[in-house]
Amino acid sequence: MWDRVAEELPRFFTYYNVVFFLKAMFTTFLLSLIGCVLGSIFGGLLAVIKITKSKVLWPLRALALVYVEFFRRIPFLVTLLLIFFFFQAFGLEVSVFTVALVSVWVIATAFIAEIVRSGLEAVPTTQWEAAAVMNFNLLQTLGTVILPQAWKVILPPAFSFFVLFIKDTALASQIGVVELTYSAKVLNNKGFSAALAFGVVLLLYYILSYPLAKFGAWMEMKLEISKHRSM
Amino acid sequence: MKYLSIDQCDAYYGKLKVLDCVSLDIEKGDVLSLIGPSGSGKSTLLRVLVGLNKPAAGRILLEGQEIDYQNKRSLKRARDRFAIVFQQYNLFQNMTALKNVTIAPVKIQRRPKKEVEDEAVALLNKVGLGEKLKSYPDELSGGQQQRVAIARALALKPEILLLDEVTSALDPELINEVLDTIRLLTQETRTMIIVSHEMSFVREVSSKVAFMDAGCILEVGEPRLIMENPGTDRAREFMTKILHH
Repeated sequence: MWDRVAEELPRFFTYYNVVFFLKAMFTTFLLSLIGCVLGSIFGGLLAVIKITKSKVLWPLRALALVYVEFFRRIPFLVTLLLIFFFFQAFGLEVSVFTVALVSVWVIATAFIAEIVRSGLEAVPTTQWEAAAVMNFNLLQTLGTVILPQAWKVILPPAFSFFVLFIKDTALASQIGVVELTYSAKVLNNKGFSAALAFGVVLLLYYILSYPLAKFGAWMEMKLEISKHRSM
Repeated sequence: MKYLSIDQCDAYYGKLKVLDCVSLDIEKGDVLSLIGPSGSGKSTLLRVLVGLNKPAAGRILLEGQEIDYQNKRSLKRARDRFAIVFQQYNLFQNMTALKNVTIAPVKIQRRPKKEVEDEAVALLNKVGLGEKLKSYPDELSGGQQQRVAIARALALKPEILLLDEVTSALDPELINEVLDTIRLLTQETRTMIIVSHEMSFVREVSSKVAFMDAGCILEVGEPRLIMENPGTDRAREFMTKILHH
């Protein structure tokens, strides 16, 4: 096998192939980044809605609950196909990349909502009460009292989700999005050995996720050292 | 017109009735102590006053004006006038002692930061913690944390200070430092409602004592009267047990 890989190497790393890989890597990066960023924003919002107690907000709470439970329980691939066919059914002409983007957004939101909710709930209710009797409103309570204490509970599972999520974006290849996994398949189909094509992709995935995992570990360490300091 | 009037209030935890038709009048400057066995509703009454538990029936009037606990604005106005110190201190764990004291006056009451900080330092000095301004709650002993909590409540300049069993989570040796602080406060004319099991302390500082049992107020009166010569059997039984303990 190694002979074959060595023989293919010069032909493999052509300008065209390198650009092809980098483009695919950028697609994977974009899907992961947008999924994580939008997921964090909307997931955070859902988490806050879920922990409110206001009677007026109960329809929103019910909606949040159904959303989170639904999308956390069905496989990523099924969600992807559902959204794909949803766009088709309504005759909406969108690129497969857009479908994949909407999917990662929908999925990450559901998962991050649960991570943030459990973090917020890890802060004792007495902290909420102390803030309430001093007339803190919801945002003030969250911003100055609850979140600074919840970070250290939220960050570890959030980063481990982000790292897993980068790999899950590979499923977008199933609807034809040319991301990293798909690019390896293409080159493999062109006749290059699987070991070479997927080996390179393996490295590229590693390059994408390693800094993120490192960044997560660094944030956790920082929180541990200055465990009191508000972020 | 009564200053603070609790009129036939009921309150529930789920289905359990914890306040049963409680009525109580408090004059301005009163130091009223609530005594009675655990689970009799003393703490709940304080929680109802600040809206942490909503009264299911009855009215609470502050200077003749009813507090509508379902109405955000009315509740906010009431909370501006009350401050409560909790049994478990409930200091914000992510803030220093000083920040705990200054956060609400600066952020919520929107008072000038410099002025609030000077006051906070003075308050923390007053409760004997001038050296601990920069300490976080988990670097302080229970007694110290409770004194920070008292300073935090005072920084809000409340008209009525509520103290909910502020010594019951403390080691016996730390109780006195907190009681000394409260003693200091009762010398200023401030309306206070104190829930406490420290009978000799209650007797010393209170202008009025109310005895509660099973969600009801059974007796209200001068400390000496209630503690030495209670009118009800239940109160008599409680006093005998506590004083012979």
